[in-house]
Amino acid sequence: MAAPLTLLLIVAVTIRAALYRSSLADLISERVEVVSPLTAWKRVVEGLALLDLGVSPYSGDVFHETPLIIYLFHFLVDYAEITFMLADVITAVALYLTVKEYNKQVFRKQKYALEADRYPLDCLELIRSPKEMFYIPLKVAMFYLLNPFTILSCVAKSTCGLNNAVLSLFILATVKGNVLLSAIFLSLATYQSIYPLTLCASALLYLMQRQYIPVNFRRASFWWFIVQYAFMYLGSLFVIVCLSFFLLGSWDFLPSVYGFILSVPDLTPNIGLFWYFFAEMFEHFRLFFLCVFQINVFFYTIPLSIKLKEHPVFLIFMQLAVISIFKSYPTVGDIALYMAFLPMWSHLHRFLRNIFLVCCVLLTCSALFPVLWHLWIYAGSANSNFYYAITLLFNVAQILLVSDYFYAFLRREHHLCYGLYLKRKDGYEATLVLK
Amino acid sequence: MAAHGCNYSALLLIICSVSVFIVADSQDTTLSGGHHAAAVEDNPQAATEAAGKTSEQPAVEERSWEATEVEEATLHEAAGDKQDTPAPETEAPSPVPQPKDDFQEELVIRPLHSGDIYASFQFRTLWETDFMSGNKVSHYRLFPKSLGQVISKFSVRELHISFTQGYWRTMQWGQPFQPAPPGAELWVWFQDSVTDVDGTWKELTNVLSGIFCASLNFIDSTNTVQPSASFKPLGIGNVTDHRFLRYATLPREIVCTENLTPWKKLLPCGSKAGLTVLLKSEKLFHSSFHSQAVHIRPVCQDWQCKTTSWELRQTLNVVFDLHTSGQGKREWSLFKMFSRTLTEACPLASSSKIYIDITDDPQGELFELSPATPLLSQAMVLGDRRTFSVYDLMQPVTFGTVRSLNPLIRWKSSEGDMLRPLLHAERYVAGYGLQTGEIHTLMYNNHPYRSFPVLLLDTVPWYLRLYIHTLTVTSKGKDNKPSYIHYQPSKDRLRPHLLEMLVQLPPNSVTEVTVQFERALLKWTEYTPDPNHGFYVGSSVISSLVPSIVAMDTNITMDRPLFSSFFPCKEESSFFVRVYTEPLLVNLPTPDFSMPYNVICLTCTVVAVGYGSLYNLLTRSFQIEEPSPGLAKRLANIIRRMRGVPPL
Repeated sequence: MAAPLTLLLIVAVTIRAALYRSSLADLISERVEVVSPLTAWKRVVEGLALLDLGVSPYSGDVFHETPLIIYLFHFLVDYAEITFMLADVITAVALYLTVKEYNKQVFRKQKYALEADRYPLDCLELIRSPKEMFYIPLKVAMFYLLNPFTILSCVAKSTCGLNNAVLSLFILATVKGNVLLSAIFLSLATYQSIYPLTLCASALLYLMQRQYIPVNFRRASFWWFIVQYAFMYLGSLFVIVCLSFFLLGSWDFLPSVYGFILSVPDLTPNIGLFWYFFAEMFEHFRLFFLCVFQINVFFYTIPLSIKLKEHPVFLIFMQLAVISIFKSYPTVGDIALYMAFLPMWSHLHRFLRNIFLVCCVLLTCSALFPVLWHLWIYAGSANSNFYYAITLLFNVAQILLVSDYFYAFLRREHHLCYGLYLKRKDGYEATLVLK
Repeated sequence: MAAHGCNYSALLLIICSVSVFIVADSQDTTLSGGHHAAAVEDNPQAATEAAGKTSEQPAVEERSWEATEVEEATLHEAAGDKQDTPAPETEAPSPVPQPKDDFQEELVIRPLHSGDIYASFQFRTLWETDFMSGNKVSHYRLFPKSLGQVISKFSVRELHISFTQGYWRTMQWGQPFQPAPPGAELWVWFQDSVTDVDGTWKELTNVLSGIFCASLNFIDSTNTVQPSASFKPLGIGNVTDHRFLRYATLPREIVCTENLTPWKKLLPCGSKAGLTVLLKSEKLFHSSFHSQAVHIRPVCQDWQCKTTSWELRQTLNVVFDLHTSGQGKREWSLFKMFSRTLTEACPLASSSKIYIDITDDPQGELFELSPATPLLSQAMVLGDRRTFSVYDLMQPVTFGTVRSLNPLIRWKSSEGDMLRPLLHAERYVAGYGLQTGEIHTLMYNNHPYRSFPVLLLDTVPWYLRLYIHTLTVTSKGKDNKPSYIHYQPSKDRLRPHLLEMLVQLPPNSVTEVTVQFERALLKWTEYTPDPNHGFYVGSSVISSLVPSIVAMDTNITMDRPLFSSFFPCKEESSFFVRVYTEPLLVNLPTPDFSMPYNVICLTCTVVAVGYGSLYNLLTRSFQIEEPSPGLAKRLANIIRRMRGVPPL
């Protein structure tokens, strides 16, 4: 397995290196779909220039990266391309190892269930075989590395690639059962962009499942584990934030990074739902809708954790998807991360309802983004509504994609419990409905 | 800054024409006595005039020379009389007891090489009082009460405000006496006793907005900056802590009669008498350039600066177009320009004069001026020595027999070449599309062999996000690193970008400053009512000490005493110039203004789709769909339920 992975990495790095050398790199790094005000490389360079001028990068409203990023690039600015390629490689390898480990566990669990005769007889075709699972880790790595979204994001040097690397390391640490590393990487991810905070729940569920701690509010071991994890998580977050403070000597970065993410003052168009909504919002409703939209991102954590408490890895996937759809400054790099997980759920394909339609819509939208942007901004023959319409459609497609996978996952679980070919009372073939 | 001390032309007066008594205008004592001597020496033919003395002397020549102080950006008057070499008696300038307040008016007319004509009015009120001390100043004579109250209420140390319609074309017209950017400009130095400078500034702009009937109330933190070096106090006082300075421009401000009327009301004579009768708006605003300004500052009362007084200087500059108002004929008169003639000076004025610039035409070949005036005056203006014909309105003889004065200039030929201004700048936006762009500022140094430093001040609104790492300064194809950069990045909806830098301009070169920016999408309520017209970006301000033209003169063969021509910079070697570039008009991407409801509905729908589909999956469970009972059975069941019988 190492050989194909190496080959894949070489191909991916070659593509990126070639694109860095081409004239497309400048074009790509200006695309609003690829870079947001939070992640644009141009703004990182601006922050470094401000530091050189002796001005605090957070005194203006151009730079919104965290202090660690600026200090990282203070040393690595000349090796930026290598850094971003390396970040992608790390992400891919981490995902590869994650999936490999996860597959092992799935297989083990399935074996126990089979031995215990927990599956109905007609469900044998739902059972996953090691043969079909063999290539999934490679597929996941390939989905990440060769996804045009990832490539664009890497060529634009969007710092989203670094966030993805941190997130994938977090997932790897969690799946491997390393509590401390999981907490540290999660706090790093949170530090970079608040939203991964919601992944806390899935990490806890997974780690507890792995350590055979029952999820039971009355059990002391449950609470003890939560306290442990929270302590590690908050402790490392505290250390990182304090480190930033000492690097910078002021707390300016808090409003400039987190205030900026939460209050959405920059309405530069992107693929998300926020920009046009808040550009057109009536001023006195602004705060209300801001709260509604931001709560919306965090809101799904608890119900999803309850529903998927047996399947924390799927929960991670769901939450990554929800974050990347509803966050305030989404870019295609965020989408690439959760899309990399899709091969993991290839066994759900028979239950997907409208995957073809959704794929078509996603592809069409991706092609239409630059076209309508050109018509609006350069040609002047379209207006902002055209671009806005495409972002709406793109987000609807993403929502349908995610909910379709969620539906398929739940349905498969249902079948594993009750059998695949269900019959109605009168003996006819039954149709399943949600009630 | 350099503005202070520039001008005194101390001049000698040669007296001439028979019947004229020249009252050498009794001088406001000059600030710096040091310049006297220097200036004196270069006047070879000397006659003497003691200050304040009227002297009758036999006519030596046809024209008389008069000591003049000439207005300039710096505005310090030099008093004029000098003791002189051939004269036996040497008198120190004798301090004449000054009245507590004093008013002077003057008009300078300069024919421009383009055929246009430039008229510059200045009205100066001096008042020896102290607004800042505890006791309230309540008796106003010449000084306008409204401004006096503003000074004392807001603890203003210096106030400069200008309203300009049109753009001053430096390359065609040369340097103006008082530069001003298009639109409104306001800069104020506060006393260092002011604690809440921003609050005071906000109140002050609102009050001034009322006084001048202008939209100065639109000055807020998003267009106010504190330049660190470009705007230094012009009056006395050496506090230069720029925390007490506020500078703002409104490039979009449109200046018209409603601004002129309150401005005229500040004058002691209103528009009733004196030069102000010429200020009729129907003519003034039918011009290529119109700029009116008010400058308030503390100045020294005597040259030892024992007492200070407040100076209010009201200026009005206007350029009349050759074609629109002259009907293409190169002939000008006061009546043609202003549709009025002069019949008297303002009775309250201590001096009232008209200067006509005849430097380009010393022998009267190029144009002809009538009625001819016997008085001549020479002054250093903006580094150049200029000669003026003077009409003194205080002398009844000026008005002649018709009791009215209407100077007329008639060109004889249209040639003549203007010396290119030494410093000149222009600015434009490059790039296409509504996403990014690049601001180019070009600064021309036309001096043949000297380089000089300039201070460039750029204020860019926050919605054009500047990327300072893209800043490049090139001259003659080479990188020209600024020796000083002061950059303050913008805050969204709070404050603009401020970029100040000190650049050395090599001789005879163009220096190009470029910086890239990104256009922001604003909230729909933040756009102006005509969003597709674009947004204005105020002029760049270029302040510099420019080597003077007189010092540049390399023509050794010119007819001049040898003793004066060995060292090149015998006169002041440089003078202060402020140049404003064009304001920019930049388009921003716009949302669709008719859509707020639609957008709110559609986006909320998408969020609801997300919420709904997840909610559906989260709360419901899979069940086998049982065939629904037939209609008859259902009806029967309803009836049975009503009867309280278990359903079928």
